[in-house]
Amino acid sequence: MNEKIMRKKKLQLTFVFLIIIAATYLSSAVTEYNLFESVATIPAAFAWIFSNLIITQEALERLPDILEKLNETIFMSIAATTIAAVFSLFLALMGSKTTKANNILSVIARFVASLSRNIPVVAWSLILLISFGQNSVTGFLALFVATLGFLTRAFIESIDEADQKSVEALTATGATYFQIVSKAVIPQSLPQMISWILFMIETNIRSATLVGILTGTGIGYMFDLYYKNLNYNIVALITLTIVVAVIAIELISTRIRKVIL
Amino acid sequence: MAVQTSINPAVIKRTKSGKINIKSGNKIDLVVKWTLWILTLLTILAFFFFNYTGLQIERAFTETLYNLRVMFLEPALSHFSWAEAFYQVAVTLGLGVLATIFGAIIAFFLALMAAENLSKPWLSKTVRIFVAFIRAVPTVLWVLIFAIAAGLGSEAAVLGMLFHSVAYLVKAFSESIEEVDPGILEALRATGSNWWHIVVHGVLPSTFTYLLSWTFLRFEINFSVAVAMGAAAGAGGIGFELFMASGFYFDLREVGLITYLILIIAIILEFISTKLKDRYFPSTVKN
Repeated sequence: MNEKIMRKKKLQLTFVFLIIIAATYLSSAVTEYNLFESVATIPAAFAWIFSNLIITQEALERLPDILEKLNETIFMSIAATTIAAVFSLFLALMGSKTTKANNILSVIARFVASLSRNIPVVAWSLILLISFGQNSVTGFLALFVATLGFLTRAFIESIDEADQKSVEALTATGATYFQIVSKAVIPQSLPQMISWILFMIETNIRSATLVGILTGTGIGYMFDLYYKNLNYNIVALITLTIVVAVIAIELISTRIRKVIL
Repeated sequence: MAVQTSINPAVIKRTKSGKINIKSGNKIDLVVKWTLWILTLLTILAFFFFNYTGLQIERAFTETLYNLRVMFLEPALSHFSWAEAFYQVAVTLGLGVLATIFGAIIAFFLALMAAENLSKPWLSKTVRIFVAFIRAVPTVLWVLIFAIAAGLGSEAAVLGMLFHSVAYLVKAFSESIEEVDPGILEALRATGSNWWHIVVHGVLPSTFTYLLSWTFLRFEINFSVAVAMGAAAGAGGIGFELFMASGFYFDLREVGLITYLILIIAIILEFISTKLKDRYFPSTVKN
């Protein structure tokens, strides 16, 4: 018996590995990817990074400009996340099993969330760019739409996970829908929700760089500009400022999370 | 005596107007409140830092609504064929697969070094700091930096995407490894097994399904990353076609069709990973 299970497990394992190898081979063929060539470029790439991505005195003179753009990007991500969180809260209350008003609204809320999260942020920014033009609002809206879908799903999960007993207790006392939501549902899931909001702010700062390259705003645009001008010293400085900003925000949110969760 | 202390008026907290305070403030509530206030304040401030060049908000909104209607109700291909479209989707999926699989292999070894139950504290810390640094650099910057050294194409894209996949998976894998029953490791150590024996016969069998699920969850993310890299870093695939259709041809019908293609794949991937999450990770999965 035991031997049979072992043999079956081994067979499954072999099967998984075969699938992985086949998928790798097929993908390399489709994308014209050459493993050996790519491994060979790694040392060259790192040699290039260490010899070219150096922050010089000259680059440091551009620091005020860079910080201004970085500021814009960070504020854009925070604003997009917070405002999306407010809308997500309503969508999540409509979509969640415990707090939904009726089935039709619940389906609509889930559908809107799914649509906004599964269309990548790149697609949103390219679509919005056509009529909004090159300014912060385009990036803000693109991040807003993508965050809305993600946070709605996360909030629905947090609400569903919360303890049902207090909801039941309040229902038994004859509390209204809004009383139940504000006194039982939200206080229980709030720490979890804040944790998701902080996570999304971190993610959005990185996404904002990408959106910035596409829509010509913020630090992403700055990076793209100097990258295309082959001014790698400033490219290095911009990368470093982004790293410092992201790590700082990560540290702050880890501390907050440690207290509230 | 105990009763007396509990009704001692000095113990009961009162508000300034003399009412008994029924909300005892604790640290959690305080931090939650402050976090929300600061976020609100920063959000309001943000709108003063925005750059509004050339924005006509009302026209932009009505135009976008019109554009969205054209995109989603009249999708059509004009610059390439259906076969080409499917091929480009396959290229994007391929980039995602390669970055995920290579990322998983590298991440597995790094995770063994990062897991506290298998590694030394200094090694574990070094790997974690290294991974945190890698994660802080946006993927698009990695791809663009590698594009200079490796030339534009799938090599640079896969290498660039690899970095983030490794960083994400090391975190997930090392947490799974740390949850391995210490009894198993102890039993193996008692028999005199060396480190590799422990990994192959103790850690791998008990974590394999988790590692595979995490790898698939990363693949879901890597698909959208691959779309983004096609658009922003010229890595090819459906993302590049999307960029061309919207940025060069201004062909909304084509943008609509490409968006539909991406949406369908993304929803299928999300469906599979939700099933995996429900099965293997009963509590909320966090990045």
